[in-house]
Amino acid sequence: MAMQLETAQVVEHRDYGGGYRLLKLAAPGIAPQVQPGQFVHLRVPRLNDAVLRRPFSVFQADHGTLALLYKAVGRGTTALTALMAGDSVSLIGPLGHGFPLDGPADRVPVLVAGGYGMAALYLVAQRLPRQGVVCVGGRSARDILGVEDFTALGWPVHIATEDGTRGVRGLVTAVLDAWLGEGRHGRAPEFFACGPNGLLQAVGDRAQAGGWTAWLSVDRHLGCGVGACLTCVVQLQDAAGEWAWVRSCKEGPVFESRQILWEAETA
Amino acid sequence: MSAPDLSVNLGGVRMRNPVMVASGTFGYGPEYADLVDLNRLGAFVVKGISLDPWRGNPPPRTVETASGLINAIGLQNPGADVFLRDHLPFLRQFDVPVIVNIWGRTVEEYAAVAERLSAAAGLAALELNVSCPNIKEGRTTFGTNLPMFRRVLAAVRLKTRLPLIPKLAPDLAQIKAFAQAAEEEGADALSLINSIPALAIDIETRRPVLANRTGGLSGPAIKPIALKLVWEAAQAVKIPVVGIGGIATAADALEFIIAGASAVAVGTANFTEPTTALTVADGIRDYLVRHNLGTVKELVGTILC
Repeated sequence: MAMQLETAQVVEHRDYGGGYRLLKLAAPGIAPQVQPGQFVHLRVPRLNDAVLRRPFSVFQADHGTLALLYKAVGRGTTALTALMAGDSVSLIGPLGHGFPLDGPADRVPVLVAGGYGMAALYLVAQRLPRQGVVCVGGRSARDILGVEDFTALGWPVHIATEDGTRGVRGLVTAVLDAWLGEGRHGRAPEFFACGPNGLLQAVGDRAQAGGWTAWLSVDRHLGCGVGACLTCVVQLQDAAGEWAWVRSCKEGPVFESRQILWEAETA
Repeated sequence: MSAPDLSVNLGGVRMRNPVMVASGTFGYGPEYADLVDLNRLGAFVVKGISLDPWRGNPPPRTVETASGLINAIGLQNPGADVFLRDHLPFLRQFDVPVIVNIWGRTVEEYAAVAERLSAAAGLAALELNVSCPNIKEGRTTFGTNLPMFRRVLAAVRLKTRLPLIPKLAPDLAQIKAFAQAAEEEGADALSLINSIPALAIDIETRRPVLANRTGGLSGPAIKPIALKLVWEAAQAVKIPVVGIGGIATAADALEFIIAGASAVAVGTANFTEPTTALTVADGIRDYLVRHNLGTVKELVGTILC
């Protein structure tokens, strides 16, 4: 399960909807090793004055290829849009500790995503041996991604948008709370969440109130991606109440909700 | 012609080639070991260690700038004892000199961490990070105050027989004075430069990007500045100099060697391409072959001007 430095080839690069693009790469070394919630660190071609690679959650992976979802928001992702089929891209991966899939079999997996956060959750649904439910939220209908991918796996998807253009009007917690109230029929959930800090904290609060487990994928600014530079730290506490800055690229990006001290995140 | 000799004796540190990885850019060994054969490095400089554990700064800790990176990690480290117990054994599996970068907040802390580490087996040298504020004496950094710089070096020198390599701050006006002071206080080699104090601002919030406000700039952006300082320092002393600052290619490293560096360290470029130190060493060898040079030592300080 060692990480690798691999030169991958672009096999597909297309619009995915909502302003996102899907980049599919042939990476026979990395792709078969990817666990749900892990990421790759990509050197953006032709971005010669950038000293850092750019991290991307692995959206989909099979024996030879992996797919990334991104939106052109900064210099790195804008430069990525120029990639064409056949181009080479340097990757380091798979990186980080992803979502554990060995939770108790009597728990209903509940995936909670904020917009693009669903990219880190698709492999959880695909690889879990039991079916669960997806709650996804976004600002508007165009921010709701991948619903068809989850429904194709047989997972029901509950949608909330802040402007009400798709699903329930409100935050993702609106559909999550509805499911927790009436949808779960007494069954205990296990949460898998990826999205903004507010969403992660809200999921964690519900898990802790109910005595359940919530696996949260934090999104930090990354440096080296392999644990050397200590850029991407998250404030974690241990059972004794001691806290430390912990690397999200190495020990994370997935942590159980009780580990994270949110005061430092929101400060 | 036989293969050129890349080996270097850096003030008692015997290196198979002149290319090391700089402190803080390669962790404690395991971080890149899956990607890079550590046995092929000239030396491994461990991330800065203090006597006691230190938590470091809140994030954001780094920001990328044009051809550079500003960092304010804040020297997070597990302390000398945990380093020796949990981290050094991994590095000792490899045939590579281990140089430990050390720092303190007082002269006494520097001396204490040097003493603690010197009692352990398996270290090749100590590199002194003097770019820390002295919390006892006005928070001036050790590396920018000549008398304080001499005191901390003298105190550490008394506590260790390991080769001692002070890492100089990029003092544009006084680099020769610091280099000579280091030599007089018993340093076995010098490394320079440390990162350059720098600032980035978020124009939307008008706040500094880094939680620590300022940080240290590294990467290709600082290379020409570092090169001039290395050139000046190398002329001022007889002890060997390690050139550091923005090295990403063999050509960069060769510039430092021609300017007077006996060895070089690759830093920020490790984040871009983890194998940079290896490709730099290979490129130096190719250059020596191309120029009919039998050893890398022959090239050191051969700048013509």
